[in-house]
Amino acid sequence: MNRIDQLFASKQTGILNIYCTAGFPALEDTLPVMTALQAHGADMIELGMPFSDPLADGPVIQDSSTRALQNGMSLKKLFTQLKDFRKNIHVPVILMGYLNPVMQFGIEQFLQQCAATGVDGLILPDLPMQEYEQEYRPLFEKYGLHLIFLVTPETSEARIRQIDALSKGFVYAVSSSSTTGKDKDMKGQQAYFERLKSLQLKNPVLIGFGIKDKPTFDAACAYSNGAIIGTAFIKAVENAKDLDGTIKQFIQSVK
Amino acid sequence: MEIAVNTKGSKYHVNEKGYYGSFGGAYIPEMLYPNVEELRQNYMQILGDPGFQQEFAQLLKDYVGRPSPLYLAKRLSEKYKANIYLKREDLNHTGAHKVNNTIGQILLAQRLGKKRIIAETGAGQHGVATATVCALMGLECIVYMGSVDIERQAPNVARMQMLGATVIPATSGSRTLKDATNEAIRDWINNPVDTHYIIGSVVGPHPYPDMVARFQSVISEEIKQQLQEKTGSPYPDYVLACVGGGSNAAGAFFHFLDDEQVQLVPVEAAGKGVNSGFSAATSQLGKPGVIHASKTLLMQTEDGQIVEPHSISAGLDYPGVGPLHAHLYETGRARFLNATDDEALEAAFELTRLEGIIPALESSHALARLKDLNLKPSDVVVVCLSGRGDKDMGTYIKHMQK
Repeated sequence: MNRIDQLFASKQTGILNIYCTAGFPALEDTLPVMTALQAHGADMIELGMPFSDPLADGPVIQDSSTRALQNGMSLKKLFTQLKDFRKNIHVPVILMGYLNPVMQFGIEQFLQQCAATGVDGLILPDLPMQEYEQEYRPLFEKYGLHLIFLVTPETSEARIRQIDALSKGFVYAVSSSSTTGKDKDMKGQQAYFERLKSLQLKNPVLIGFGIKDKPTFDAACAYSNGAIIGTAFIKAVENAKDLDGTIKQFIQSVK
Repeated sequence: MEIAVNTKGSKYHVNEKGYYGSFGGAYIPEMLYPNVEELRQNYMQILGDPGFQQEFAQLLKDYVGRPSPLYLAKRLSEKYKANIYLKREDLNHTGAHKVNNTIGQILLAQRLGKKRIIAETGAGQHGVATATVCALMGLECIVYMGSVDIERQAPNVARMQMLGATVIPATSGSRTLKDATNEAIRDWINNPVDTHYIIGSVVGPHPYPDMVARFQSVISEEIKQQLQEKTGSPYPDYVLACVGGGSNAAGAFFHFLDDEQVQLVPVEAAGKGVNSGFSAATSQLGKPGVIHASKTLLMQTEDGQIVEPHSISAGLDYPGVGPLHAHLYETGRARFLNATDDEALEAAFELTRLEGIIPALESSHALARLKDLNLKPSDVVVVCLSGRGDKDMGTYIKHMQK
């Protein structure tokens, strides 16, 4: 059973998924950050594969990508770092990134490496549903990897249903029509969250974008199985001297 | 003047799925899906509407000054021993072909009920053309421009501001056209309902490459009619056009794509030389990938990170190329050539001295390759003179002082 499914089978509420860019703040911080996230109570880890032109991300995550690339991060390097991570890390791990670096690596080779190292799922925001269905679905299934799709406040009910049918693991509900890290008010999104909840999707739902502290995390959890924090975490660790201590403090402030 | 609507059965035009061969598509994050889908579902119907066509044609005639002349350049023809015609897009209002597209898209945005217009710009020509039509229609206009380009294109920044546009510097990444495009896309993600994004070239997610090509197709529609009148045949032997993203080339090639006796010659910017590390010759240096939501040829590292190109002309300084052109390259339908910064400069001065026309540096890349075509005296050659050189005077003055 995929670790994502195992997690949702044992825990249905208050799931905390934290995003961090691989190779950030320093090139070899990937594993220490993951280890600290698990140790201090993150339920799931979303690891960003840095890209030069991350369209769906705001300036904070883009800057972290630029820094990771300057540090020397690449997919090859990432898979080297992840080679033995399953010896110590048991929480589900998702890789998030843009299609172009994955295409250059080779999609099948990439999926094979994900499966071999112990990655559970993928978020590829610029891989459209149609393309996935027409070309790539059998490959993802062959390697047992869950592809997680996004829905937004502008997504029609019919399309949410299609996305739910195609998704495995969970559905990623983007909290507002925005790039990552925008400070939009969570209260304005209540109607959207309620609508989403009332649809009773077959997949669990995690809410992301704009989740930054305990109030926003709790607000998101009230309507879903949990939430994803990215930008606020990147800001917390970007200049951290004591990575483990900073991560501990960050998670305690949210949970 | 009418917008080409029926292109079914063509090997080179877009197919129903939004692809040119293996290139194109809409690799968009879900946040952009409603905007792009709204366009995809409506653009052909709007373009085909007689009322729309009439308004478009009227504005192109009375506001832009079309049809633009097809000028037989006598002294240039003598020099290259062929019949060389210049399609004078440089004489359009705002000084380049860009306005054909912005007129079309502003009319489309009005019909979709949009109140706010965003655009990206490199050299500022598309930004000016967008700010111009927004002033004309009384719509709010926001133009994203790399902070590096804002510094080197100050006169165009002032023009946009005088026209009432807000120019927002793109300070991420390499702070040039590619990053301005990223910022415009991000703005659209954050403003999904009331905003229309006027993309300036035949790039981006489907239906943009096709839509922009159709608005620009007026160029080749006129060339055909004008050649018929002047030579008795609508078909030239060659059509040359510079290619960055490729909108003037798409317009100049559009009605000749399926007439295989017409040789299509896109000319890319080789910068300091194709293999110098400072080049924008995407067809030579690029590999298939995804940039700005389109699968196409793009310049990238082995790890799939997008590479910053170089060209003396900011309008050709783009690491990708429109998916139509990637397809023309892959199929061999077009013969891709390139010209260096120095060759473009030389060609600009040559045209100026032979014909009294100061061309844009972009267009000069196309002129620079006339000497390599092995032309026969009977050959009819059309060069798309996509823009005028006023904006490049800074570069030209420096060159004269050398």
